[in-house]
Amino acid sequence: MRLTPTPELAALRDRFRDFADKEVAPHAARHDAEERVDRAIVGRLAAEGLLAPLLPAGLGGRGLDPIAYGLLHEEIGRACSSVRSLLTVHDMVADSVRRWGTPALRERWLPRLVSGEALGAFALSEPDAGSDAAAVATVARPGRDGGHHLLTGTKRWITFGQLADVFLVFARTPDEGPTAFLVARDRPGLSVEPLPGMLGTRGSMLAELRFDDCPVPRDHLLGAPGRAHPFITTSALTLGRYSVAAGSVGIVRACLEASAGYAAGRGVLQHQLVQRMVADMVVSAEAGRLLALRAGELIGAGSPHAPMAATEAKYFAGRAAADAARDAVQIHGAAGCSPDHPVARYYRDAKVMEIIEGGNEVSQTMIGRFGHTAGH
Amino acid sequence: MSTPEPHEVREQTRQYLTSSLSRQIGDDEDIFAAGFVNSLFAAQLVMFVESRFGIEVENNELELAYFSSVNALTDFVTYKAGKGRAAQPCD
Ligand SMILES: Cc1cc2nc3c(=O)[nH]c(=O)nc-3n(C[C@H](O)[C@H](O)[C@H](O)COP(=O)(O)OP(=O)(O)OC[C@H]3O[C@@H](n4cnc5c(N)ncnc54)[C@H](O)[C@@H]3O)c2cc1C
Repeated sequence: MRLTPTPELAALRDRFRDFADKEVAPHAARHDAEERVDRAIVGRLAAEGLLAPLLPAGLGGRGLDPIAYGLLHEEIGRACSSVRSLLTVHDMVADSVRRWGTPALRERWLPRLVSGEALGAFALSEPDAGSDAAAVATVARPGRDGGHHLLTGTKRWITFGQLADVFLVFARTPDEGPTAFLVARDRPGLSVEPLPGMLGTRGSMLAELRFDDCPVPRDHLLGAPGRAHPFITTSALTLGRYSVAAGSVGIVRACLEASAGYAAGRGVLQHQLVQRMVADMVVSAEAGRLLALRAGELIGAGSPHAPMAATEAKYFAGRAAADAARDAVQIHGAAGCSPDHPVARYYRDAKVMEIIEGGNEVSQTMIGRFGHTAGH
Repeated sequence: MSTPEPHEVREQTRQYLTSSLSRQIGDDEDIFAAGFVNSLFAAQLVMFVESRFGIEVENNELELAYFSSVNALTDFVTYKAGKGRAAQPCD
């Protein structure tokens, strides 16, 4: 076991850091204030090979090591949680198509997802189904022609729903249960309603998707009818939780960088109670990264322990981010409450990390009941 | 990766389930019906057989019944690897 990055990994991390500093961080405050990102960021991410980078070269990706993937999402998360969330949901869609799509579906969509021609979004949650994925109420009735399913229902809180070109949608097929469909934005019967004014990750362009007898070709079904949960949800959410864990570590680091500098300049770092807050940021960033990278290693190995490891990492790092951001605002005093300092944004973004991809309580319940099965 | 013989599949599967569930289970015991695990564990079992035995679980094989016991898993893996009986697993 080695816990320090190899020279190749360190070089990749430096490159990701450089990209995040130059291409993402300078726009983060604007993403937050304007509640949107420019579509151009998708092209820049693609040009750098950062969209769906885990896909193997044979499928158009770059076969990025999952550990490097975690370092990437940490760096992007440090710069802007909205852009990190773009990568998260997009890659969850690409990975699901790779794992569960037919060869024709893979051929049709994966090149576009890698090039950024198509942006993906993940549509599981509904007005009355959040933590309990099995409770989705959107229905998918087989159409009369036999070649389509007709989707009817509402998906809510869909990250980048306003911008995405294709959605991974979970809908219930009669007598079978949740089934996953890949739905292009331009299908008839699908309308997209923006959800402005969110507390955090405000640039992530959330939307509500309304399906009204929306026809989806049969060959756009992923996996098998009624089998989306737990099989597809687990593989997608494992990757999503890994990404959010790494992104949350990035938030902790951003809080640390802002707070240590501010506290030193303001002369408050001499106070031991302030040192305590900074110390917790240092330690939780290190610990969160170790948990996240362990999840990444298990994902890379296809290990059955990966889903639990990703849940543990996301739980720890999400909480650490929320704690760090609260302390960062505290250290900044009134300045931390103003739009002149990024810590107010970190505070709002970090809270979201405790809710998405399984809220803290859902993670605690899973870890408490089943964590002992995770090979400790 | 070469697939082990059926008795090795059974042994490794039994070991994995016993250590994951922290208890002894009978080869025919249905782990889902007994409530030892949640549905997430079914997804973990797909990863287990794929990573341990080098097979790929196909979309039409996502049936809890194939993953529900030591015997069911052994039949499934040996069938996939062409080393089991010709019949469908769990028939
Ligand atoms: C910014 C943002 C972006 C999002 N993006 C997406 C997206 O792209 N795609 C998507 O599908 N969804 C998305 N969501 C939705 C998100 O996944 C859900 O909010 C989350 O799963 C929780 O569901 P809920 O909001 O319905 O809360 P509920 O399920 O109603 O839960 C409410 C509270 O009760 C707790 N709780 C629930 N069940 C239990 C339990 N069994 N035991 C103990 N406590 C429990 C929860 O932890 C939570 O604190 C997003 C949400 C936000 C805020």
